[in-house]
Amino acid sequence: MEILTPVFTLLILAVVFGALLGYAAKAFRVEGNPIVDEINALLPQTQCGQCGHPGCRPYAESIAAGGPINKCPPGGESTIAALANLLDVEPEPLDAEHGVEDVRKVAYIREDECIGCTKCIQACPVDAILGSAKHMHTVITSECTGCDLCVEPCPVDCIDMIPEKNPLQNWHWQRPDPRLQNVQLIVTDQMRKAS
Amino acid sequence: MSIQASHSFYPLPGGIHPSENKAQSLQGPIRQAELPARLIIPLTQPGFAQAHVQVQPGDKVYKGQLLASGNPVTGLNAHASTSGTVVEITEHAVPNMSGLPELCAVIASDGQDEWQKLPPLDPAETDVDTLITRIHDCGISGLGGAGFPSHTKLRGALSKVHTLVINAAECEPFITADHALMREHADEIIKGIWLLLQITGAGKCLIGIEDNKPDARDAMLKAIEDAFDDRLSLVEVPTKYPSGAEKQLIWLLTGTEVPSGKITIQSGIMCQNVGTARAIARAVLHGEALVSRITTFTGAALEHPCNMEVLIGTPVAELLAQCDLDESRLSRVISGGPLMGFHLPHADLPIVKITNCIIATTESELPTPAPQQACIRCGFCTDVCPVNLLPQQLFWFSRSKELEKAEQHNIMDCIECGACAYVCPSHIPLVQYYRATKAELREAKEKELKAEYSKKRFDFHQQRMEEQKRQDEQRRAERAALAKKRKQEAAAGGEQAGGEQAGGEQKEAKDAIKAALERVNAKKAARAAKASQQEQNDTEPGS
Ligand code: SF4
Ligand code: SF4
Ligand code: SF4
Repeated sequence: MEILTPVFTLLILAVVFGALLGYAAKAFRVEGNPIVDEINALLPQTQCGQCGHPGCRPYAESIAAGGPINKCPPGGESTIAALANLLDVEPEPLDAEHGVEDVRKVAYIREDECIGCTKCIQACPVDAILGSAKHMHTVITSECTGCDLCVEPCPVDCIDMIPEKNPLQNWHWQRPDPRLQNVQLIVTDQMRKAS
Repeated sequence: MSIQASHSFYPLPGGIHPSENKAQSLQGPIRQAELPARLIIPLTQPGFAQAHVQVQPGDKVYKGQLLASGNPVTGLNAHASTSGTVVEITEHAVPNMSGLPELCAVIASDGQDEWQKLPPLDPAETDVDTLITRIHDCGISGLGGAGFPSHTKLRGALSKVHTLVINAAECEPFITADHALMREHADEIIKGIWLLLQITGAGKCLIGIEDNKPDARDAMLKAIEDAFDDRLSLVEVPTKYPSGAEKQLIWLLTGTEVPSGKITIQSGIMCQNVGTARAIARAVLHGEALVSRITTFTGAALEHPCNMEVLIGTPVAELLAQCDLDESRLSRVISGGPLMGFHLPHADLPIVKITNCIIATTESELPTPAPQQACIRCGFCTDVCPVNLLPQQLFWFSRSKELEKAEQHNIMDCIECGACAYVCPSHIPLVQYYRATKAELREAKEKELKAEYSKKRFDFHQQRMEEQKRQDEQRRAERAALAKKRKQEAAAGGEQAGGEQAGGEQKEAKDAIKAALERVNAKKAARAAKASQQEQNDTEPGS
């Protein structure tokens, strides 16, 4: 008879926890796939489609389903590193088939050539273009993601993609490369030998 | 009673004692540089924003005339440093870390050095806003190092500051520009400090000076005594690098630790350099734009090292020649000090507002660095860091590009003083790693913000498109339903003598027409009746 005590105890425990888990699964149900959201948050949201998907979220979904993480040129190396970190996989170099990493650009409409066809407005995924039919259009630079999608539809080809910042604003220090002979070490590194 | 320097201060953690090399350039008084034939004046704006150029090639300009301005809030005016003709507006190499050219105005001097000054202001009768506007108009930026526009800093500090800290520490080896300035122009510095107190409304001013410049200290003490201002006090701090860094000096003098990521003004303290104070005094009291500064010319390759008052835009090569440069010994030219400065690729570069020192050095004075070796985890770097960071950890994270971890270890608080690199026995160029990592972190932050914003915009766009689609569909469905109903009604109307609604509408319309016709007919009838009556009247008398 003694054997029954643990059997019953375990049985009761099993029922209680089963009920708890069942309740938790209902009460704390997460809508959608949380990993997709997390991946999407790391993508640059340029919505350019260079990865071959119609926007950043679909690409995030494909990554979540096990697709390659190196197809996003605007995100570049840093995005790949962040994705690799999140998914705990090895970072790979950017797949050149989808484009190469470049400085960030913004669209610029040569306004006196614009015929006001509104085609670019319809193409813009973030509503960064302002204008109305038969009137000049312009790009709100601060909203533009540089996705390039408005360039193609323009019938008079008056949209240019120009770098968002000038070369001076884009410059920053690089890590010293020990293999290079003429690394520009900062002066500090000479001073210490002097004394 | 004579005023004494105070020696009470809060000791600085870490720090180094590199050989000072200051005596060379302090042998004589400040020299006046010769008037150059050609000046290259940078029109650069803070953050490399676009400058609004106010002159054209061929224009005649006076000394102190505005060449370019920028954004009214953060812009920095550039002025002609001498009278002459604008030869061209072009990109020219200037002393900057990137080595990239910046927009400059090239001026051919006419040899007259003719001023065009603004009217002097009487500070006692001028309101704060006018004073700051004057500082803006005169293009004054911090002369200590970073070159932040002074008017922007002052506007941000209005009624937020209780203590003014004046940086006279000049802790970096070789540099003596502030030292020389204090020896000779202490009275002007004090006038500038008085103006700064007037503008900010700060209750007291602490002047921090290192104890390796007794003659400058005495000159300053005398000027303070002459000024009869008990808000001013001079604090002498021990010579140690980097006690002249902004947050470090504030700690030394006030014991206030400015929190990480905050600017000093948020702690109620504003820091200004002695050179800036003097420039402000000259701008307000004499109406002079910032067209010259005192720069140290030193290094073993110079026969006569000295401090010179030089016009902004004077080519460095000419000035080195005036100090008798021995080309055969020269190994490299450095702008700034040996710890925080940078190489100049050649000497055809102009003096800019932040050029406090030019070192023409020899291989024996500042040798070429030895190659980098592996970190031996000696921990020397940790001992000397004045910000109490862990430079060794930061180095590992920087090298492996672990930005997040570097950030968690407060790499953003690194002041790039180079103390760690100075002591590192493995000759690791630590600061360069940090600079690269900091820049990448800043970029990553920017990218993240942009991505977040773009996502919001994109989601909104999607919502808008969906909403539009939904509305379109609804409208289409309504129209389809209506059409269907009409069709049914039309079909049913054959038997039921016109649909209720449509028929009703038609009837209404018909009624309206009928009513209108009736009205017209009635009017016609009335008129006809009138006319016939008149006819009768006309004909009656005759009959
Ligand atoms: S303006 Fe052009 S490049 Fe910029 S986000 Fe819109 S479609 Fe893309
Ligand atoms: S450079 Fe940065 S890490 Fe190195 S000692 Fe200075 S503050 Fe510390
Ligand atoms: S001083 Fe140089 S070798 Fe020593 S722990 Fe720091 S980085 Fe490593």
